[in-house]
Amino acid sequence: MLLKVNELEAHYGAAQALFGVNLCIGEGEMVALLGRNGMGKSTTINAVCQMVTPSNGTIEFCGQVLNGLPSHRAARLGLGLVPEGRRCFPNLSVLENLTAAARKGEWTSERVYKLFPRLQERKHQRANTLSGGEQQMLAISRALMTNPKLLILDEATEGLAPVVRGEIWQAIATLKNAGLSILIVDKTLKELLPLADQAVILEKGETVWAGPPDTLTEEIKDRYLGL
Amino acid sequence: MQRTDAVPQPATLPGLNRETIVNGMVVAALLALPLWAFSVGEDYYVNLASLITIFAIAGVGLNFAIGQGGMVSFGHAAFFGIGGYTTGVAAFHSFEETLFIAAPLAVSGTNQMLLIWVVAMALCGIAALAIGAISLRTEGVYFIMITLAFAQMIYYFAISWPAYGGEDGLSIYLRNQLPVMNADHPFTFFSVCFVLLLGVIFISAHLSGSRFGAALGAARMNETRLATSGINPFPVKLTGFVISAMITGLAGALFAELNGFVGPSMLSWHRSGEIMVFVILGGVGRLYGPVVGAALFVLLETYIGEWTEHWQLLLGFALLGVVLFARGGVVGLIAGKPRHD
Repeated sequence: MLLKVNELEAHYGAAQALFGVNLCIGEGEMVALLGRNGMGKSTTINAVCQMVTPSNGTIEFCGQVLNGLPSHRAARLGLGLVPEGRRCFPNLSVLENLTAAARKGEWTSERVYKLFPRLQERKHQRANTLSGGEQQMLAISRALMTNPKLLILDEATEGLAPVVRGEIWQAIATLKNAGLSILIVDKTLKELLPLADQAVILEKGETVWAGPPDTLTEEIKDRYLGL
Repeated sequence: MQRTDAVPQPATLPGLNRETIVNGMVVAALLALPLWAFSVGEDYYVNLASLITIFAIAGVGLNFAIGQGGMVSFGHAAFFGIGGYTTGVAAFHSFEETLFIAAPLAVSGTNQMLLIWVVAMALCGIAALAIGAISLRTEGVYFIMITLAFAQMIYYFAISWPAYGGEDGLSIYLRNQLPVMNADHPFTFFSVCFVLLLGVIFISAHLSGSRFGAALGAARMNETRLATSGINPFPVKLTGFVISAMITGLAGALFAELNGFVGPSMLSWHRSGEIMVFVILGGVGRLYGPVVGAALFVLLETYIGEWTEHWQLLLGFALLGVVLFARGGVVGLIAGKPRHD
């Protein structure tokens, strides 16, 4: 098992946000984390990356407990986060964004440019002069440059034009087919569910359902996802 | 609609954008002034150019911390002064033929500039490591204040150290020596400073373009985001701070040589402010900004200071103008927004 989250709880100050999240990701698996707004999806991701300190429960990654590690150490073990809101380093060029994060492995800037040829054309441009879609491509590429064992995508296609969204989904499919393990949060279930191997639904900070996406009944979708 | 169009690039020769041209002109002007002065035998102007060059080196050091790493240090006079005192103390013991540290270690003074530079930079590096290790745990205005506090501690230490002149400072009676050349000659000394300036600008540019520089820039923008890429921002920033201090320390060592004197004023917070003025006036984060800033500062002080002691009023207005209307400093005003290639 690559990532194992067991009975995870987390607080923001006095307010409890997670009440018992359970989540497992195997090697090469793509797991979709689902749930309505404010149910704890991003908090779970932030807790896995140690940006929010878990107050209870364990997070195991590659057999190592992550609880209490500084976030850079957790990342170095192989967690590649693409944060919500396509966050790049605005005043660095595309190439600088990539090299700042780079770690040795099969993902190099050349390979990233193959995945997103547009970035190569823009490699000397500053990140804040890129379009929204290109910034998202850069954010994904930056995470890939750390050569992660698990890629974590938090709302990677949110707020993008349909054409660009298609390109991003294409890239995610390519990554999955290349055997990369992926944990993904996204609202467009139409594209997400056919790709995912497993789905996990959070409701009020708790795992309420987990299983293969094709076993998701309309009733569950209606009850937990408001569809 | 998504904006996918490229930013229009000015039509210039490849690799020769407006800033490069401005930088080239700045360097040429800095070289032309002492060349002319040397040819007509006006040593005063050669020394003026040396002063600009030395201040520029100090500014390049601070600019690396502020421009690249976002570390607004208000205590760089500490490193400028440590560099200066290294020169002063080494020369003092060499001149008096006494030991700096008594036997059995038996460390004597020296009049060899190269050795002094290395020691000065090493001492500044060690001091910056200690100061940075504590200061970099804070941010924003607290960082400014804590670096200032450390510099003041060193300032008062220098004042209360009578062996090296205390408040009166320490005179360097004979300029230290360089191999092969005669460092006493004003133009030779200027040339040495000039080469060192080009050297530190080259190092600064090279580092900024490296993976370390990218990480340091990333730490300036968002430390958490850098940490999620697996890089601990703290050692990156500390290394940047140490490099910055070492460059400024080298400038301090040269400044002491030029003046033949070191005093606590080299360590005072006014000096920290002046170095910051070089950086802001020239353009924060602009490679040659400190050169322009130092030149303007020295020229204002020299020429406006000649007919009014209130020359700093004019400097104040200049700074105000830069902060309000030209955030990229004078270089930004002339060369436009920074380019990224």
